[in-house]
Amino acid sequence: MKWWQKTTYERSAVNNSLPMKDVSTSTQNARDRSTYAIELRDATKRFLTPTGQAYTAIRDVTLSVAPGEFCAVVGPTGCGKSTTLSLISGLERPSGGEVQVMGEPVQGIDPRIGYVFQADAVFPWKNVLSNVATGPLFRGQPKAEALGRAHEWIARVGLAGFEDRYPHQLSGGMRKRAALAQTFINEPQILLMDEPFSALDVQTRILMEDELLQLWSSLKASVVFVTHDLEEAISLADRVCVLTAGPATVKGIYTIDLPRPRKVEEIRFEPRFVQLYQEIWEDLRNEVMISYERQKQRVS
Amino acid sequence: MNVRSNASHETLTTPASTGVPSAIAARRRRRIVVNSLRVLFFVVIIGGWELGSRFGVIDPFFWGQPSGIWAQIVKWVTQGTAQGPLWQQIAVTLEETILGFVIGVVLGIIFGVVLGRNRFLADILGPYIKAANAIPRVVLGPLFIIGLGLGMQSKVALSVVMVFFIVFFNAFQGVREVDRNLLANARILGASPRQLTTAVIIPSALTWIIASLHTSFSFALVGAVVGEFLGSTQGIGLMIQTAMGTFNANGVFAAMVILAVVALIMEALVTALENRLITWRPNTVSDVTI
Repeated sequence: MKWWQKTTYERSAVNNSLPMKDVSTSTQNARDRSTYAIELRDATKRFLTPTGQAYTAIRDVTLSVAPGEFCAVVGPTGCGKSTTLSLISGLERPSGGEVQVMGEPVQGIDPRIGYVFQADAVFPWKNVLSNVATGPLFRGQPKAEALGRAHEWIARVGLAGFEDRYPHQLSGGMRKRAALAQTFINEPQILLMDEPFSALDVQTRILMEDELLQLWSSLKASVVFVTHDLEEAISLADRVCVLTAGPATVKGIYTIDLPRPRKVEEIRFEPRFVQLYQEIWEDLRNEVMISYERQKQRVS
Repeated sequence: MNVRSNASHETLTTPASTGVPSAIAARRRRRIVVNSLRVLFFVVIIGGWELGSRFGVIDPFFWGQPSGIWAQIVKWVTQGTAQGPLWQQIAVTLEETILGFVIGVVLGIIFGVVLGRNRFLADILGPYIKAANAIPRVVLGPLFIIGLGLGMQSKVALSVVMVFFIVFFNAFQGVREVDRNLLANARILGASPRQLTTAVIIPSALTWIIASLHTSFSFALVGAVVGEFLGSTQGIGLMIQTAMGTFNANGVFAAMVILAVVALIMEALVTALENRLITWRPNTVSDVTI
């Protein structure tokens, strides 16, 4: 039994199976680090604003994700959720603290990482087939092989028959599917997702969430899924990490003990789901209010 | 953003069951009206000019006369120009223009991409490039004539200088404006710095670069013709200069007409090239072209 399951078990035995703040993250350091796929320890990121001031995006974030775990990160808008992902991916370097992937400090971009962006990041000048084949081609695979695998992945995300379309000819949901195939074809062991479905309409979104869970279960990757939608976070994740209003730091980590495989469109009606939602929302609401008040001040 | 253009595209191409035949008829009627008014416009302007010069309102000696211009063109076509056959003059000017255009575009793209990618270099060279761009580049013409002679090289050089800056600034800006998400995505997918340039930055900047091709082609033509004014043995610019020297206003206009025809044909070719290069761009539904 892995540590994160164990904690849940112990906690729930004590506390009537109510969701608990998972304090295990702070006591992990003593354990063998190599068991974590991702580990942030007191990670801090400051940016220099154009006016020359330091802006702290995240502060002392401590978070670990086990291999194969699906971890959702929720927080108020603009609190620094994306920054956390860019630190793990190696796109940005932490200003303080430590970020480790597979037991090693992050240095540059790790080929084992996949990243699905919030905005459309498929290349508009390439058709679906070459978009999906981009990763393997960048990584030096022979063209025939890369295209063959691209065909396979396009079929797996349900885009068969659209290989020669350009992104602008596809709907938002289809572009997202192309983006998923483009990421999954590299078979990442760590998958970072930055509000990937926030631009989609609700129906498409639920569909995509279900498909993501299916793809994930076959890939066995560790996922960090950033979202501002708590419902989405609970339906998908093993654990939900709540961040404070910026500069973000970890406010609480909740274990989601809903059984798998899950059906996203059904799970949100289960009593346990509602219970978890209320519990976490209590925590999140305060942060959302703080963030909102600040925005009001900024505007006025 | 793309969703919207996509949607509007669909609504236009999907024929609705009602109202379509009348809409098509209206469009056809409009086209007929536009075309007849175009012809009318031409007839009024040229006819007015011709009548004006015949009845002494406009002095044809100084300002030419449409019939005289036409006679001049016919004469050039049938008997050749003072410097040789007409097609040869056109060929020379075209060759200078195209060479200047191609060299200028290639240099502009190379410098634009290199400086766009390298902020340090751009910061160092920035003021000098701005200064060089501020100088009207036609003044370099005499220098090129002195240095490179009356032959083709001096005109090509002038064309290159005219074209280079336009393409350079567009390429530079295009590289700077590449979508950060696309860059991050390509890096995560495993692009090396070189692949980032060839597979993301250049295709992305291509929209900007291509937008500059139309203007830069006309500038290439200006470079070639002005170079021929300044000193040459052949070319349309020389024909204009010769006509000017003999007070032949019709000759100047006739050469201008020939230049316009050449320029329009080349414009069409550049447009064709543009469409070939960016097939991926969403079709704009409205007709912006004139």
